[in-house]
Amino acid sequence: MNSLLLTGGRVIDPANHFDARAEVLILNGKIAAVGNLLPAPADIPRLDATGKIVCPGLIDLHVHFREPGQTAKETIASGAAAAARGGFASVVCMPNTSPAIDNAGTVALIHERAAQAGLVNVFVAGTITKNIAGEELSPIGSLKKAGVVAITDDGHCVQNNELMRRACEYAKMFDLPVMDHCQDYPLVTDGVMNEGYWSVALGLRGWPSAGEEMIVARNILLAELTGTRIHCQHLSAAGSVALIREAKKRGVPVSGEACPHHFTLTDAAVAGSEKFWADDGQSLLATGGGRREGLPTWPAYDTNFKMNPPLRSARDREAILEGLADGTIEILCSDHAPHCDYEKEVEFDYAPFGITGLETELALSLMQLVHTNRMSLADMLAKFTINPARLLNLNRGTLSVGAVADVTVLDPDCEWVFQPGTSASKSKNSPFFGWKLKGKAVATVVAGKTVWSERVKAPGV
Amino acid sequence: MSWNRKHLLDIESLTAEEILTVLDTAKAFKAVGERAIKKVPALRGKTVVNLFIEPSTRTRISFELAAQRLTADIVNFSADASSFKKGETLKDTARNLEALNADFIVIRHSASGAPHFLSRVVNASIINAGDGAHEHPTQALLDAFTIREHKTNIAGLNVTILGDILYSRVARSNIWALTKLGARVTLCGPSTLVPKTFEQMGCRVTHNVEEAIREADIIHLLRIQHERQRKTMFPGIGEYTSLFGLNQARLAKTRPDALIMHPGPVNRGVEIDSEIADCPRSLILEQVTNGLAVRMAVLFLLNGGKGPQEVA
Repeated sequence: MNSLLLTGGRVIDPANHFDARAEVLILNGKIAAVGNLLPAPADIPRLDATGKIVCPGLIDLHVHFREPGQTAKETIASGAAAAARGGFASVVCMPNTSPAIDNAGTVALIHERAAQAGLVNVFVAGTITKNIAGEELSPIGSLKKAGVVAITDDGHCVQNNELMRRACEYAKMFDLPVMDHCQDYPLVTDGVMNEGYWSVALGLRGWPSAGEEMIVARNILLAELTGTRIHCQHLSAAGSVALIREAKKRGVPVSGEACPHHFTLTDAAVAGSEKFWADDGQSLLATGGGRREGLPTWPAYDTNFKMNPPLRSARDREAILEGLADGTIEILCSDHAPHCDYEKEVEFDYAPFGITGLETELALSLMQLVHTNRMSLADMLAKFTINPARLLNLNRGTLSVGAVADVTVLDPDCEWVFQPGTSASKSKNSPFFGWKLKGKAVATVVAGKTVWSERVKAPGV
Repeated sequence: MSWNRKHLLDIESLTAEEILTVLDTAKAFKAVGERAIKKVPALRGKTVVNLFIEPSTRTRISFELAAQRLTADIVNFSADASSFKKGETLKDTARNLEALNADFIVIRHSASGAPHFLSRVVNASIINAGDGAHEHPTQALLDAFTIREHKTNIAGLNVTILGDILYSRVARSNIWALTKLGARVTLCGPSTLVPKTFEQMGCRVTHNVEEAIREADIIHLLRIQHERQRKTMFPGIGEYTSLFGLNQARLAKTRPDALIMHPGPVNRGVEIDSEIADCPRSLILEQVTNGLAVRMAVLFLLNGGKGPQEVA
């Protein structure tokens, strides 16, 4: 059972610096061999990956599956289905659920629901502080025992520097990475979009880049002080990239992640598609063959362009792309943040922050990073596989013999249009509906079982 | 001259020609307002809803009177008495109004972009009566109308807007209208309330009030909006008045034909000395009078009117 032979594909395994046409043999849920003319048992299923890329199952270490408590937005089952469809074999759920994941019982509940869904690996991040209130430490040791792979107050940010310092020192005892949503509350106050020309022109309150950079700098100092790895989540600002680049040169244990919306879109998009395509969207046209006709359109104040941290300037977008290319930012993720249509169909000020991303992040990353020749396909895949696995000490993200057989098959050149009707997420709050995308997962294999493929649909997907 | 828009959401998207069409149409309606019978039947049988999610007196009354002068039926809906307090969304509220066959919704809202949002979810014509810090289009139109009555041509004029620019929808609408019509716009106020970013909207920014008003043809004062402000923006009203308030000493160093405007409500003794607000150079009450004609013109044009030639 759970055996599979993938044939004809180009196998890219960044962890082993492997990039060649090869077969991948999976026996009993484990990678048995990678090579040519493999002696596979005659009766195991085969997956023809000719012309496709075969790589370790992708990992998204930043998703919100909203269960428990906010299941109108997403459930673990619907979120896992969206992950499988996007090519993701593993996800890490953020703990800002209701109740928050600040206790072992909630961790167990999520593991149980994930097992019921039976699709992808659902890892769990616990909170840093009780009820994400930023006041007292969560029972981090109990959370670790319950199986969390990291701690974070994502969606919120621990403002008290001393508390953050102690959280880092304490988490080190369990070798748990500390992840942080970097936002200085007094600087950001009630900002709803990037502070700059567009916030001024639209009359919306600004969320300045310095509000993120301030906490990135704080985290660098605390990582240096405590020796604990601090991972800065969803970086959006040029200054954050510069700070992390400099700190890593000094050997500070700090890392960062970036989301496709931050390196594809800019704050001009909040003013509507016309303004965006006339201005910051120009650089996207170059990769799309320079065609203006048939471009997606959206109105000004579209709340699907509201996320936290916000879309920033073209200069910030460029800095994130450079940080990804030079290795400063090692990890790609979605910050998949589903919200109901009735929550998003309100005044811009009142809409919740966040967009879905699991089903578009692979394509957008390929488009902005690989199809533009900013980096090799192998380097990009490392940011979705071995790099997050190493950060979280997961025994995943590689096709090494003996590893759990999580495999993604993708077609980097497949052109498709993202449509609400084909999205598996329970929520449809994506700015990318109607976008012509290039690159798509065609099969997702988890522990040797094909949980989703273009041809065979698993139940519930 | 022609007008083909269904909504008036902002000035930014209008052309100079469209702005002039409104101003010329307003001129015709101002003449109507000077007749013995001030009412015309242009909107007979139409329903206008004043949807005021943020308190307002002057603008609401002005729209109400404008609709009545055009023979429309008018309904006022204010946030206090509404289902808003019961948690109904703006979309649902507006669709309920639409179910009552509202033809026009005049919306005032504290959230920027609320009129744009509304224009996407209902079929009625939407008129922005002020959205957050974004725009207040009819205010800018009535200001331009008032300037034109006194200075004939807006192109080439020096207009200084003085006060809290950052939080002001009046400032933004005026910047767009005046620059489109060819005026040179200078913004002045404390650096926290007048960030340099505004220069990208095509105006000049200075923090020196004497220099800002020296060559001005029009000095447009804005209220310091206590209710929108955080305490960190400036030290206090006293310091604001001493640094930026329009007083007699400052007024003496302006051009003798410089005119003073203010969208109201005026905080006497704060941004403007009380006697200056009432002096012959002040156009404050004329602005209010002209607001009625401008709002009649806007309703008329959005109802399918093409321009002043059709105002009987």
